[in-house]
Amino acid sequence: MITIENLSFAYPGGDFRLTIPSLVLEPGEKVAVVGPSGTGKTTLLNLIAGITVPQSGSVRLGDQTVSQMNDAARRALRAAKIGFVFQDFALLDYLSARENILFPYRIAAGAKIDAAARTRAAQLAASCGLEGKLERRPGALSQGEQQRVALCRALVMQPDLVLADEATGNLDPANKTAILDLLFARTAEQGATLLAVTHDHELLPRFDRVIDFSTFRQAQEGAV
Amino acid sequence: MNALFLALAYLRYHWARSAVLVLVAALILSVPIISQVLLNGSQTALTERAEQTPLVLGRRGSQLDLAMNALYFSDDRASPVTMADADVIWDTGLGLPIPLNTAFETNGARIVGTSIEYFEFRGLEVSEGRQIALLGEALLGAATAERLGLGPGDTVISAPQNLFDLDGVYPLELNIVGVLAPTGTPDDEAVFVDIKTSWVIAGIGHGHDGVLAAGATSGDIVASAAIVEFNRITEENIDSFHFHGATADYPVSAILLVPNDDRAATILRGRYLDPENPVQIIVPRDVIGELVGRIFRIKSLLDAVTLIVGGAALAAVGLAVFLSYRLRAREMQTAFKIGARRGMILRLIAAETAILLCLAGVIALAITLAVQTNGTAIVAWLLAT
Repeated sequence: MITIENLSFAYPGGDFRLTIPSLVLEPGEKVAVVGPSGTGKTTLLNLIAGITVPQSGSVRLGDQTVSQMNDAARRALRAAKIGFVFQDFALLDYLSARENILFPYRIAAGAKIDAAARTRAAQLAASCGLEGKLERRPGALSQGEQQRVALCRALVMQPDLVLADEATGNLDPANKTAILDLLFARTAEQGATLLAVTHDHELLPRFDRVIDFSTFRQAQEGAV
Repeated sequence: MNALFLALAYLRYHWARSAVLVLVAALILSVPIISQVLLNGSQTALTERAEQTPLVLGRRGSQLDLAMNALYFSDDRASPVTMADADVIWDTGLGLPIPLNTAFETNGARIVGTSIEYFEFRGLEVSEGRQIALLGEALLGAATAERLGLGPGDTVISAPQNLFDLDGVYPLELNIVGVLAPTGTPDDEAVFVDIKTSWVIAGIGHGHDGVLAAGATSGDIVASAAIVEFNRITEENIDSFHFHGATADYPVSAILLVPNDDRAATILRGRYLDPENPVQIIVPRDVIGELVGRIFRIKSLLDAVTLIVGGAALAAVGLAVFLSYRLRAREMQTAFKIGARRGMILRLIAAETAILLCLAGVIALAITLAVQTNGTAIVAWLLAT
């Protein structure tokens, strides 16, 4: 469960301020975040992941209070419990698809690429339709395939929470649906919570809940 | 280990950029070492041979050119002196004159016409075949024999001085009778012949078929355009070879002087001090000593230049690495977002830098070893050109 209480964050020297008195995401819940640009959707993901730290309030992931952890602990938490899917895939061009999927193991403290990790990566790749393409580098993959690799990378450490920041924003309609299907299916398999920022209103009916930042923030701020 | 894996993968993928960085770093590392090795080798080669050569007589002019020509058979040849100058020394009884005629080449090697005393003076020994004894015979230096793949029984042809001079010297085919043992000196690069053979190459001496007209007596010498001049000296035609003019007028490039003692050396030098005398005697040790001094003054300048250029090149390499990381900011950001531990990025940079420097070090070491192994040959070649 992700619990946010009395959260307040502002960028230094900027007018922008994000205030969330209360927000709870249940385990396994699929939540979409929509709203105009500049309303703090990505900032919310960063605060939940501990990439940025709120000036006040708390963010809890399960029984761990992210906002009170030190930098090393937040990094370890991200590596172990949070999977990220980016709009531009953010794959490393010099690594094969397989090595991109295993990348979190290489950079996380205490993680080790063993036979189990390799098997899991291969199974994930197979479930995302990447058989026979694991030795290819990103440059030799289509955009849809690249996002599938990015999705596998987000899930390979079996996270409790998957944060998708406009994960389908660069894809054509066919791939958009396919990736979202995979995202839903794989997170459901793992029982992971999915929090996805999206501009695509056609996809919203598929989520359990939609947070519209254009009204949500006003309502939240009004509640303060 | 993971940093090393990622660094290797990145460097392999961007192999062209990595190769350029490695080569630049290797050159920065190896150039000062190579220059030091070559300079030390040059100093040793120059001074050793100069120390072993007491005096050199030659045409007045550049003392350095004379020393370089007489000691290292370089291309810088002054106008020749004559055998009369050697005779003068001989007549004084103060020392032994050893004539050198280095006017000709064959297959990129200097033909050195000299007397038999030269081999004893330099301590040269025949390792294969025998010493030269007859006109037209040649003895190869070890390096030249190896380079040309020639030995006793083979022949080499002297190169014409000027291809376009139809009236010039004809090439002479020389009979190789032996190969000298290697000494690590310019003698290894030379082709030795008797001084008289060098005069045959110069066209002063020659051999040809009969010049008597039909029915003429032996006193009636008649020559015509039909005369065949021999371009190889054989047992059959050696008796027909003869020289024109007085031996005293025959040219020699320089004369090595081996004085009987220090007193004789001083007297000989004193006799050639007059600046009006077209002939001079030099002390190679002094001439080369001055050259070495200059070289090392220049080396200090070169060291400073190398330091500046090396610093600039290192800065360029550093900038390239820095820009590369700026370009990879997105990658670093991704790594940070998905939980890269603190120091992972630094380890990645360190691993890449270490791999590049290690490869550069290996290449620099290989270049340095290659130069060091072949240092003597390179120095000999540098001194001869």
